[in-house]
Amino acid sequence: MRVPLSWLGEFVDLEPGTTPEAVHAALVSVGLEEEDIHRFELTGPIVVGQVLEFVGEVQTNGKTINWCQVRVAADGELAADGGPAIHGIVCGAHNFVVGDKVVVTLPGAVLPGPFPIAPRKTYGHVSDGMIASARELGLGDEHAGILVLGDLGLDPEVGTDAISLLGLDDSAVEINVTPDRGYAFSIRGVAREYAHATGATFRDPALAVTATASTEVFPVSIDDAAPIRGRVGASVFVTRVVRGVDPSKPSPAWLIARLKLAGIRSISLIVDITNYVMIELGQPIHGYDLDKLTGGLTVRRAQPGEKLVTLDDVTRTLNVEDLLITDGSGPIGLAGVMGGATTEIGAGTTNVLIEAANFDPVSIARTARRHKLPSEASRRFERGVDPEVAAVAAARVVQLLEELAGGVADGLGSLHDATPERTPIDLPTGFVSGLIGLEYTREEVRTSLAEIGASMTETTDGLAVVAPSWRPDLTDKWTLAEEVARIVGYDRIPSVLPVAPPGRGLTRTQQLKRSVATVLAATGHTEVLAYPFVAEKANNLFGDPVSSTVPQIKVANPLDGEAPFMRTSMLPGLLHIAHRNLSRGSTDLAIFELGSVFRPVAGVSYGSAVVPPAAVRPSAELEATLNAGIPPQPFTAGIVLLGNTVRHQPGQAPIAASWRDALTAVAQIGLAVGLPIEVRQGAHQAMHPGRTAELFVATDAGALSVGFAGELLPTVARGADLPAVVAVVELDLSAVFAQVTGELQASEIGTKPAATQDLSLVVEAQVPASDVLAAVREGSGSLLESIELVDDYRGTGIEAGQKSLTFALRFRAPDRTLTAAEASDAKLAGVQLAAARHGAHLRE
Amino acid sequence: MSAPTEITESAVTAAVDAALAAIEAATDSAALKAVRSAHVGEASPLAALNALMRSVPGDQKAAAGKLVGQARARVNQALSGRETEIVEAEATAQLAAEAVDVTAAASTWRAGARHPLTLLQERVSDVFVGMGWEVAEGPELESEWFNFDALNFDEDHPARAMQDTFFIDPPEAHLVLRTHTSPVQLRALLGTEPPVYRIAPGRVYRTDELDATHTPVFHQIEGIAVDKGLTMAHLRGTLDHFVKALFGDEAKVRLRPNYFPFTEPSAELDLWHPTFKDGARWIEWGGCGMVNANVLRSAGLDPEVYSGFAFGVGVERALMFRNDVKDMHDMVEGDIRFSQQYGMTV
Repeated sequence: MRVPLSWLGEFVDLEPGTTPEAVHAALVSVGLEEEDIHRFELTGPIVVGQVLEFVGEVQTNGKTINWCQVRVAADGELAADGGPAIHGIVCGAHNFVVGDKVVVTLPGAVLPGPFPIAPRKTYGHVSDGMIASARELGLGDEHAGILVLGDLGLDPEVGTDAISLLGLDDSAVEINVTPDRGYAFSIRGVAREYAHATGATFRDPALAVTATASTEVFPVSIDDAAPIRGRVGASVFVTRVVRGVDPSKPSPAWLIARLKLAGIRSISLIVDITNYVMIELGQPIHGYDLDKLTGGLTVRRAQPGEKLVTLDDVTRTLNVEDLLITDGSGPIGLAGVMGGATTEIGAGTTNVLIEAANFDPVSIARTARRHKLPSEASRRFERGVDPEVAAVAAARVVQLLEELAGGVADGLGSLHDATPERTPIDLPTGFVSGLIGLEYTREEVRTSLAEIGASMTETTDGLAVVAPSWRPDLTDKWTLAEEVARIVGYDRIPSVLPVAPPGRGLTRTQQLKRSVATVLAATGHTEVLAYPFVAEKANNLFGDPVSSTVPQIKVANPLDGEAPFMRTSMLPGLLHIAHRNLSRGSTDLAIFELGSVFRPVAGVSYGSAVVPPAAVRPSAELEATLNAGIPPQPFTAGIVLLGNTVRHQPGQAPIAASWRDALTAVAQIGLAVGLPIEVRQGAHQAMHPGRTAELFVATDAGALSVGFAGELLPTVARGADLPAVVAVVELDLSAVFAQVTGELQASEIGTKPAATQDLSLVVEAQVPASDVLAAVREGSGSLLESIELVDDYRGTGIEAGQKSLTFALRFRAPDRTLTAAEASDAKLAGVQLAAARHGAHLRE
Repeated sequence: MSAPTEITESAVTAAVDAALAAIEAATDSAALKAVRSAHVGEASPLAALNALMRSVPGDQKAAAGKLVGQARARVNQALSGRETEIVEAEATAQLAAEAVDVTAAASTWRAGARHPLTLLQERVSDVFVGMGWEVAEGPELESEWFNFDALNFDEDHPARAMQDTFFIDPPEAHLVLRTHTSPVQLRALLGTEPPVYRIAPGRVYRTDELDATHTPVFHQIEGIAVDKGLTMAHLRGTLDHFVKALFGDEAKVRLRPNYFPFTEPSAELDLWHPTFKDGARWIEWGGCGMVNANVLRSAGLDPEVYSGFAFGVGVERALMFRNDVKDMHDMVEGDIRFSQQYGMTV
């Protein structure tokens, strides 16, 4: 909402010299957020001039220019720029005659652009200023010719300051109106708020006009067969007729200037007046050409398939929920949203029917949304218009049509008012103080409520408050409390720190999330945050080890049509980020993200057809249904590594990132959460067939697959514009965290001497080392304290297709020094089990 | 040198002088070892002189013994002195030889970093955990009821249209990407009897195109407290403590009237700090207010019994004015150089 200060000043006292910034500050303090300041960005000298004579001169380009002598000051006086009283000015326009009063921008003036004016040589003359068009002055779009003041009905003296004459010295504050303050979409409402903020005297413009009753009834029927949510589409419908409007009458300059500052283009005097009254009082007005109407008006819902050509010349197919204004010819307007083309006010309109109605906010909001037609009218109706201002606004339009357009009010009109009586709100004594935490006096409560226009009566335990007609948002004692608090001032609310009951700190899962992030960062991985929007084929590639169609969630209104799906894997986003880093020159990368992936289960239909009502707790079953309708969103880790893990340095050869680094990161996550993550040879459609691990955690129900790690298929890596070797990890942390339960039971730390032995076992090459190690560990029994794989040898001395695995074993007994024989016996028991399970034999 | 045949002062002096000269000339451990062997070893002149003591007559034994003993003591003392010098010199030389350019050290360690947005959320959570609050979480893909209806966003209210919501296909399923972390608050209320004091950091979504100050995927931190007798003064007290903890003791909070469906009364939360970029000024940071009675009712609570306050702030915005991040692109593009500025702390 843009508020010209001159207009605001009509209804509330503005101290002389009040700046737009000061008005903003005042309005902000009562809750109207500042957006912008609008001005006519020009400076003088800009004066009224009179064309004394001009000579048309044909130029070589075929164009005719006029060399004009323009009087810009009284005879014998200096002009406002200090120059002579008569200036010679070159003018390309032809819409004027000798004797016309025009607007002359003299040297030194600056027009919006900024466009500074100076004497300049052109077409063989020195043009000592410029004769301005409306557009050049920032007054409108009219640029067909210069602005002839007579066309605005003006005949000022030569030399008069045109800036103030045309209202170009005004400025407007723009404020953001929150959805609960529909009344602030009017100068009337903003003036009231300004009075609240500053204590200045408010003069309600709605009281300045008397709504006269019509003497002859214009037929209007409200025929809403299908009210939305039980509310009839139109609760108030006022019509008035004005005849004999002079269509040649121009809109006065002050009106054009105010509308312009308010953000509305001048169209014609009648339309300008309806817009002016809307801005002033907040009541959207629709004007019809009375002579184009067929009979009376009926307000009704649209019928299936009905069509309407709206003012913007668009043919709209109507919905049965759309509220229409119709006459004998059919639909002639989308009520409260936009009028129709057939009954539009035009250049020849002389007899006008004025409509000022109050339409149901929900109905208007739905229609405006449905037809993507947010208009000045719909914005006001959606937020609620004062039902009591309709008749006043209609009378104000009549008044202006009479004053400015030569019209004559007709006795014909109508008044339908079915506004329900407002219910008083109980405001118990002490409620406001109790909610706000500040002791308000009885007087403060009463004065604040009176100031916003509420009326009230004493009850046994407080007040019964009737909210003003323009405040449909005031519905309960909490809304009244806000009014008291803001009128007295939020600044007065004290600061009291409440004492929460003792908390239990972060949950284990929250701690585990932090541990994983910290360990990954501490081990050289950089955290990034990717958008979770991906393409379907990326989900299909990464979301499942084998299946080419992965169940996934689609966004109905994505910003990026290429990526309308929610990620089923962390990797597509990370690969995209990896590519961006690479293209910016970071060639060694280790990045990770922890976040949600969206994993709907095949065959399950998510969501719920029923949305429970507001302000009531849903039944336990309904709550369970809502929750069951939300797809699983496991918290997941994604890691991408490429380039070098260790870069080339003095005395240090580079070490390229590989599947090993991916598995190292997995092990680090295992350490971070205190749960071993088991690695098995695995397979995944996006991954290198020989360099992929499937990851498992132990559960009561056996090993649970929780992700994969290794190297991408080189073709997949290149497809993402990355080098051939890209190591990745995808790990379902929710599943991992679920297994982190109970408290760790500590082992005793033995202090007796240890016995260390090495062991080399030969097995078939395809037997996983981890299986052999597990067999040795299990077979060696409790004396084995630790076992580590130290070598995997293939080649001379070992049969083809076999490998020799060397382990370092450390044995220890809790209560005695082990003999070498005891250690050897334990080791051999391990060898036996490895032999039995995997055909392992001791290397010769 | 021929072996002496008689203990004479000149013979002893000659042996001692020769030994001292040799000791003096030795410059490393090996040379000194040879000197020791030649001048105090079994075949040395001093050893020979010592051996001659047996043939010295009884009345001269004391004087000869003294002469030879003092000579041997002098030589041994010189030897050990020289040995100390040589060991020290050799150790120093070895250390000198081992010198490296410490500024050219190769590292097998790679620098990692956390993202400042997640760090900042953790930091804020810690402030509230310190006050006894608990951290709450919820799904990013939410039911419309939790995201809107239960929070007093009427289906037809302009506020709901203003939220720029990502809807999930098909719309009849009534699922959305949460537009705020407020549904988490409601879940907390549904799951726990008051008193409830929760802070909910998390990722949220709105259909804003990415530019310098907007991103469709961003982070919020919301707090809710529901208890008996909570007031707007408690809201202000909590915010005052919060901003001082996060921005320092000079930070100030201002509340301005505003409108949000889920609070009544509602306020805009402005933050002031003397050292913000572009000088001391008020910055809009978020919204807050007293939990709307309808929200309490949605959670099955009686607003005549309980009251509460709630607030929400943007994490990206905080990073912008706290750490002078000028462009939202830096936070969302994943350029490692951005996170690496922060390392492990924000």
